[in-house]
Amino acid sequence: MIPAAFAYHRPGDLPAALALLQQYGDEARVIAGGHSLIPMMKLRMAEVPHLIDLQAIESLRGIRIEGRQITLGAMVTQQDLIAHQGLGQSAPILREAAIQIADPQVRAMGTVGGNVANGDPGNDMPGLMQCLGAIFHVTGPEGPRTLPARGFYESAYMTARAESEILTAVSFEVPTGGQAYEKQKRKIGDYATAAAAVIVRREGTTCTAASIAMTNLSDVPVWSEAAGAALVGTPCDDAATRNAIAAMLADIDPAGDNRGPVEFKRHTAGIILARAIARAWSRA
Amino acid sequence: MTQKMQITLTVNGTRHELLAEPRELLIHVLRERLNLTGPHIGCETSHCGACTVTMGGRSVKSCTVFAAQADGAEITTIEGLGTPDALHPLQEAFREHHGLQCGFCTPGMITRAAQLLKENPDPTEAEVRFGMAGNLCRCTGYQNIVKAVLAAAATINSAKEAAE
Ligand SMILES: Cc1cc2nc3c(=O)[nH]c(=O)nc-3n(C[C@H](O)[C@H](O)[C@H](O)COP(=O)(O)OP(=O)(O)OC[C@H]3O[C@@H](n4cnc5c(N)ncnc54)[C@H](O)[C@@H]3O)c2cc1C
Ligand code: FES
Ligand code: FES
Repeated sequence: MIPAAFAYHRPGDLPAALALLQQYGDEARVIAGGHSLIPMMKLRMAEVPHLIDLQAIESLRGIRIEGRQITLGAMVTQQDLIAHQGLGQSAPILREAAIQIADPQVRAMGTVGGNVANGDPGNDMPGLMQCLGAIFHVTGPEGPRTLPARGFYESAYMTARAESEILTAVSFEVPTGGQAYEKQKRKIGDYATAAAAVIVRREGTTCTAASIAMTNLSDVPVWSEAAGAALVGTPCDDAATRNAIAAMLADIDPAGDNRGPVEFKRHTAGIILARAIARAWSRA
Repeated sequence: MTQKMQITLTVNGTRHELLAEPRELLIHVLRERLNLTGPHIGCETSHCGACTVTMGGRSVKSCTVFAAQADGAEITTIEGLGTPDALHPLQEAFREHHGLQCGFCTPGMITRAAQLLKENPDPTEAEVRFGMAGNLCRCTGYQNIVKAVLAAAATINSAKEAAE
């Protein structure tokens, strides 16, 4: 499995990378960890005459926790996320999601930026970022702009990022409340049959806020505002969870494939969400 | 065909300069150009881990890395871990604990385990299983692989203590 030939570029900074993207237009694509792009190139489902490697751009690296704000550089790997102590404390849901992505070798290469920019409905970080209410930072020829994760995904592999733009970082507020990432997969290293990211806040016995996002159950990640709303004001008991599941099921639109028929996926989505709510609530 | 590019790889401590097409995969360069046939090609789709090497202090699947991306990198393959006369503690432990049958997965297993023990020198059994999850074995059922990795960790740690 050898991909079509391409020219390789390794710019040393962001302006140089943007200039290459401008110069080669449609013929160019950036590569981060390559663990989504290289398989596509090998299958010749992606042809990239000019490959622009982001590995040498220092400004795209680094995990910063400043006050209540967390910023992840686009080139932060899933392995970096898992290893980071501060992050494990201030946003444990990131680690919980990252350890369920692929396997150690893939996580050593796969990046946060690649995972959220890719637009594959199977990727776990987009739903997670929607749950967190994250902001994506992109820079293009006209300079930087920010895009909310909840408005970023248009359809499979189509996002609000322009082709001339590079995603530089992802940022979000330190989440408060109980968090859980729950994923059903056929085996280690598999994409989700269904996954749920849940954050709930609690005062006494009452849920005061909830954010729920689902993965691989539509051609885009699904942040279900109605599912979250169904928990607010309740003690997150069985009845409330059933209402949240019903609201979530109205928002997803899974397709039947080798992970199962539509009915199975909807069933799985409900079970996964119930587990995620229960676990997040127990930690709230 | 695109132009070849000059790349530099430091493999098992030896520096190699070669001309490669950017699309060449690291596993092909290692096996076919440098004759390092320890890393195997099992699936070529980043699933099995038979092609695992250490690159820049990380375990990677070399079937999913372009030679061009590896330009400038330091790489360790199974050939860099021990010799038939002086086995690496992991190689010794795999032999001792029957951690291999056909041996196809073994170079990837041991190369991954070596890096795992650098990251976590005293892992629990669960940590070994989690850390080795990117390497598939069709023969052993994994039990003896896990035993071998735990035994090698103990050997390496007691050698370290003795040296201190
Ligand atoms: C065996 C296997 C199992 C996997 N399982 C999972 C899983 O369970 N869950 C999951 O989420 N993922 C999974 N993945 C995918 C893996 O996490 C990828 O690494 C990740 O999706 C993409 O990150 P990357 O850095 O490798 O991106 P690349 O492959 O380099 O890029 C992916 C796409 O994003 C674009 N891109 C990358 N970075 C940027 C940027 N900074 N700005 C703009 N565009 C950019 C590229 O042009 C490309 O189109 C799996 C991969 C493999 C090989
Ligand atoms: S050959 Fe690379 S993972 Fe199987
Ligand atoms: S020993 Fe045969 S595949 Fe592992």
